[in-house]
Amino acid sequence: MSPTGKLKLVDRVSAINWNRLHDEKDLEVWDRLVGNFWLPEKVPVSNDIQSWATLTEAEKTMTTRVFTGLTLLDTIQGTVGAVSLIPDALTPHEEAVYTNIAFMESVHAKSYSSIFSTLISTKEIDEAFRWSEENPNLQRKAEIVLNYYRGDEPLKRKVASTMLESFLFYSGFYAPMYWASRAKLTNTADLIRLIIRDEAVHGYYIGYKFQKGLELISPAERAELKDYTFELLFELYDNEVEYTQDLYDELGLTEDVKKFLRYNANKALMNLGYEALFPRDETDVNPAILSALSPNADENHDFFSGSGSSYVIGKAVNTEDEDWEF
Amino acid sequence: MSALVYFSSASNNTHRFVEKLGLPAQRIPLRPAEPFLHVTEPYVLVVPTYGGGNEGGAVPRQVVRFLNDAANRALIRGVVAAGNTNFGEAYCIAGDIVAAKCRVPYLYGFELMGTNEDVQRVREGLERFWQRQSLISA
Repeated sequence: MSPTGKLKLVDRVSAINWNRLHDEKDLEVWDRLVGNFWLPEKVPVSNDIQSWATLTEAEKTMTTRVFTGLTLLDTIQGTVGAVSLIPDALTPHEEAVYTNIAFMESVHAKSYSSIFSTLISTKEIDEAFRWSEENPNLQRKAEIVLNYYRGDEPLKRKVASTMLESFLFYSGFYAPMYWASRAKLTNTADLIRLIIRDEAVHGYYIGYKFQKGLELISPAERAELKDYTFELLFELYDNEVEYTQDLYDELGLTEDVKKFLRYNANKALMNLGYEALFPRDETDVNPAILSALSPNADENHDFFSGSGSSYVIGKAVNTEDEDWEF
Repeated sequence: MSALVYFSSASNNTHRFVEKLGLPAQRIPLRPAEPFLHVTEPYVLVVPTYGGGNEGGAVPRQVVRFLNDAANRALIRGVVAAGNTNFGEAYCIAGDIVAAKCRVPYLYGFELMGTNEDVQRVREGLERFWQRQSLISA
């Protein structure tokens, strides 16, 4: 709710007709989100209890703090962020997709609690939540985004929301990928990968709707929004760097995390339709982290850079049409 | 000879990548009502990976329809795929699927609309690729 106390709602509601689409992307994304639906109870996090016990106190503290920070972001996105996008929707189906996104963010927020209750004591949970309440960089991150959600500029709200989905989570997502790369907390990592997959669809969709919105405004307004986007990115990036230091300095991981931040900042920009900002040599994510995220993201996917010795030439293709079952 | 055939949804991510390549390219139509694309010369396919979840459907159905045409399928020489590492094992999997199905090399994978480095690598790689192709077929 806005600080003035007036709840903003859509002006008018018509019965939603899924048989008459204004934008096919709405149904495509709805189907994808529904197909990807999951609940934390399906992931056997309790299998990580022994692994958790092998972590040092500093490692446990870092990991617990990371998860309280992620909980805060998912809570914001579930209860304010995705909901605040509904009145700006261009189609009734877009509104429905945001309700799905809002619900899944609440599922994500609850997932962290199920990790906590499995791995650590109530006292430790309370301490970690207190830390996140008092950490200025985490609070500042929340405040920057919340200010845009409360404002009255629909496209800026979408920029802030895409930044959250595609960039601001990743200082936290680094930690479970780091543990997975060392064969620790692997079930927790499986759960986080489900969240990461959802956030990709959310960032893609909100960024797409931002671009649809850009089509409706003047070139001058478009230029202003582009400037705004990059200013916001720099503001958030500076804050992320400080937050990353707070979390990871003690373990000597900060520089590694910063590459991951910049890599994801580029992807947030691309989701909004802008060119990547950070060059390759500043976004060369540790291969172990990238491989924990996506085992397919290796150099084997650059056939061009190979010697060509394993050259395979397409023989005449004899597949039958019915072979195409994906 | 450096033809590209590509598909891009309304998000236009793949379209932007192909535009940056600046090579001759034909786009597979988005809607069934649009005229079917018939190709007449060898091409490399640029295809986005859809979703990456439990569902399948990683190769857009428009691309499946295009490749179900035997004449179109006979002319594919390689595939470049787009995706998102957030989808884990499904990252760029449309490239693996098309490569296996059509028995052509999976040339390159990139994320979303691709970075400038991706564009440069693919542009240079395709040039060498077509040179070798012409040597082999000569």
